This record gives sequence, structure tokens and C-alpha cells, in this order.
Amino acid sequence: MIVNLAFYFFSFILLASAVMVVTSRNPVHAVLFLILAFVNAAVLFLLAGAEFLAFILAIVYVGAVAVLFLFVVMMLDVDFAALKEGFQRYAPVGALVALVLFGELFLVVSGWSTLAGAPAARLYPTPDNLTNTAALGNLIYTSYLPLFQLSGMVLLVAMIGAIVLTHRDRKRSLHQKLSAQHARTPEQTLRLVRPELGAGVSVPASEKEAT
Amino acid sequence: MIATLQAFFQTDLGIVVLTLLEALALLVPLLIGVAYLTWFERKVMGAIQLRKGPNVVGPFGLAQPFADAIKMLFKETITPTGADRVLFTLAPMLTFGLAIVAWAVIPVNNHWGIANINVGILYLFAVSSLGVYGIIIAGWASNSKYAFLGALRSAAQMVSYEVSMGFVIVTVLVCVGSLNLNDIVLAQRHIWFAIPLFPLFVIFFISGLAETNRAPFDLAEGESEIVAGFFVEYSAMSFALFFLGEYANMILISAMTTVLFLGGWLSPVPFLPGGVLWFLLKVLLCLFVFVWVRATLPRLRYDQLMALGWKVFLPITLVYLVAVAGVLEYLGWLPNA
Repeated sequence: MIVNLAFYFFSFILLASAVMVVTSRNPVHAVLFLILAFVNAAVLFLLAGAEFLAFILAIVYVGAVAVLFLFVVMMLDVDFAALKEGFQRYAPVGALVALVLFGELFLVVSGWSTLAGAPAARLYPTPDNLTNTAALGNLIYTSYLPLFQLSGMVLLVAMIGAIVLTHRDRKRSLHQKLSAQHARTPEQTLRLVRPELGAGVSVPASEKEAT
Repeated sequence: MIATLQAFFQTDLGIVVLTLLEALALLVPLLIGVAYLTWFERKVMGAIQLRKGPNVVGPFGLAQPFADAIKMLFKETITPTGADRVLFTLAPMLTFGLAIVAWAVIPVNNHWGIANINVGILYLFAVSSLGVYGIIIAGWASNSKYAFLGALRSAAQMVSYEVSMGFVIVTVLVCVGSLNLNDIVLAQRHIWFAIPLFPLFVIFFISGLAETNRAPFDLAEGESEIVAGFFVEYSAMSFALFFLGEYANMILISAMTTVLFLGGWLSPVPFLPGGVLWFLLKVLLCLFVFVWVRATLPRLRYDQLMALGWKVFLPITLVYLVAVAGVLEYLGWLPNA
């Protein structure tokens, strides 16, 4: 009873904040509503008994991905009046795309069939003596190991791609070499001289380079 | 009488009432602890710097936190022009609320945590990673350059140090074989993890300093460059909430260190029983180190801070995790969950 009420409560917030993501005028508000939607999705996972997935969703999406997203949106100075200008003209195209997508979804869902044993198996998602996390780990690292490794490789490639795209070799950047600084001794850098009055000190060219 | 009470606490309503009472029993000492942590910090810093610290209000200055609280309450709350009012008021509440909410899973004694959930450590990690939102929202909603710069700095810092913190936690989990905080403490019956995993213990504590934006990582509020960072525009009670949130987070990180590395409520002396007092003592010890570090070390430069997080801590923790897992596998000591 309480679980059912909680489910409807959190689903309502989830859907409402999802609508707000699309409709809010301020992009920062939109991202914050997106975060609220993520949190509510995590709560729904929790209600379904998938505690590991719930907290991983909160940590990865809310704690890391959305923070970067929020950064970008806050730094951008988007002129929304200009963005909304062409709305009237492009609305029919958008509606057409939406219609096609809806039709595809309808075709897929109406022809949906499940395996004979699936509904029964779904009632007992985890073995009795295992926690949710352990059960998930057992599946991922045994039956689905190749798929799991493959998705890891995809992420690795994406990471390398991001580094290649953003890394520039700055020829003139000022790097601090800590090891070189620590290895210096006073003898290398300091020379005490007693200059003649009116003559001054002339520094040899070799010493000028050494700094 | 007792029988009826027991029967009542078995019902749905009774469980709700009982949980609320438990939360109250934890929150009241916690909030008093937060208030007195400010006093403790000023006293310890005073002693380190050969001063007296607060000593006017009440005996030994013990009423100082209340004097400060009353002062904060009666000041005017100012909202800057051009600020996003809703988010501006929401941010300090979020910061303080998240610092408090994390305590739901901390076991102060055997099975004394309010919620003894299977993925307790993930819950803690999730809540502490949410803490960054309070800061970003405060910085953005203030509509001020200094606040925004401070928020960007501190958010980047928190996200960076969270990564190595996560790897430290995973290494501890590999040794325990469970994500339940109660089990993590019980796994340290024979030896505290601070001893075999000493480097990780140090890294976790330093990351905790960075995560709470404390000295020497308090660039978010570097007063010589960006006034007071993300909360420049805040005054009165909303400022106090940020301030108390920072101290509550310090206690939380100390409690996490205690649970993960210092054996929680377990007694260090073999013939004495474990209990809440041991837990408090260890948390106090960590808090003392927090204050000690603040009074001793100068602030890091921003590039040094980032270099330490990404180029030193991240590789060390990553290699250490693989090494620990390898050694445990080789010796056959991996716990079976």
C-alpha cells in the first residue's frame, strides 16, 4: 500500500520534471529538472528492489555526468529568443519526425512477445541467499563477460577519442618541472660577487641561459 | 504497558514513529556536535597559535556557538538583485540537508545505524557526490562573478577528488566482500584497515580534506583572490547553513574514515568492550587532525591541487586496487560474498 503510493508519487514527480526539462525557458533550470528526474528514476529503481542500480544511477549520472552538463550550460550564453525564432516554420517537420517515431514505437510494442518462462522468472529477480549486488556481479562476470568487456572497450575508445580531440600540444605553455626545481643547488644558481665601484658586473652569456 | 508499546512498534505506524525517534536521537547530538565543532576548532587553533580562543561567553567560552547562532538569526537576509530567488534560497538548504541525510546509514555501534542497508557505502558515496550541487547552484544563483568562479573551482575540485576516493572505497570493499557498513566494521575485528592499507588511509583522508573544501584545499573560498568564493553573497541564516554544512561534512568524512579504516566502534584495547564511546573518540581524533592541518599548512596553488588529484592520487589508488585484488586472489584470501 505505502509502496504503491510511493511509486505513484515518485513517478508523478519524474514525469512532471521530465516535462519541465523540455518546457523551461531557462536552460539551467532545465538541467536541474533533468537531475531531479534522474534522482526520481533512482528512487523508482530502489522501490523495484534494484538498490545497486539505483545508487549507481545516482553516482554516475547525477554525481558526475550532470555536473559537467550543468557546467557547460552555465558557461554558455545562449540567446533563446534567437533559438525560438524559427519555431513556427520548423514545427511541421518536427511533428512529422515525432509521428514516425511514435509509429515505430507502436509497431514494436504491439508486436512484443515474451518467453514462456519470463514472467515467472521476473517475480524472483535475485536468488534468495544473495544480495542484489552479488547477483548482478555473478551474472556480469560469468555469463555476460564478453559483452561486459566489449562495453568497457567502447568506453575506452570514447575516452581516447575525447583526449585526442581536446589535446593540443601547446608549444609555449609554461610548465613547472618540479623535479628540476628540487634538484637545483645553490651553487648552480647563486654566485656571490664583489663588484668594483662604478664597473658593475657583466654576466657571461652561458650563465644567462642557465636560468 | 511495555507489552503494548512493543506491540505498537510492530505495526506500520509504530515503525514510522520508531524511525523518527531514532533519527531524532542521532540528529540532536549531531547538531550539538556541529555547533561545538566550531568552538573546538577555534580553541585548538588558538592553542596552536598561542592564543586563548573564545573565552568570554560562558565558562571557557562554551556558550560561544549559541551567541554566534543568535547573532546569525537576527541579521538581515539579503538577496542580491538579479539573483535567481528560488535557487538562491534552495542552495544552502540542499548543502546542509545532504550533510545531515548521509548519517542515516552510519553505524555508531553494532547494528545501531538507522538504516542498515546492503549498499550503505554506495549510499554515502552518492550523497556526498550530490553535495557539489549546493555549491554550483549557490554560485550560479548569486549572479556574481566571484561566487561563480568559486563555485566552478570547488566543483572541479570535488569531482576530481571523488574519483580517487571511489577507488579507495573499492579497495576496502575488495577486502570486505560486502557493501554494508556494519559488515565493513565487523571485518576489521582482527586488524583495522588503516594498518594493511595505510597509504590508502592517508589518501582517503587527504581527499576528504579536498572534498569538504577545507584547508589546505580551501581554494573555493580563497579570500585573497575571490573574496569568499561561492557564498560571498550570502548573509545571516543562509550563510550560517553553508557554514554548518561544511562542519557537518567534516564530521561525516571523519565518521567515514572511522568506519572504513579505524574499526568503527571496535575497541583498540583487547579486554575492553567496543561501543559508541570508541566511535566518538575516533571521530574526534580525525576532527582534531582536520583542525591541526588547517592551522599548519599553507593553501595549495590551483594547478598543484589538480595535479595532486589526477596525477598522483588517481594512479596510486588505481594500481593499489589492482595489487590488493591480485594479492588477495593469489593467497586465496578473497572473501566470499
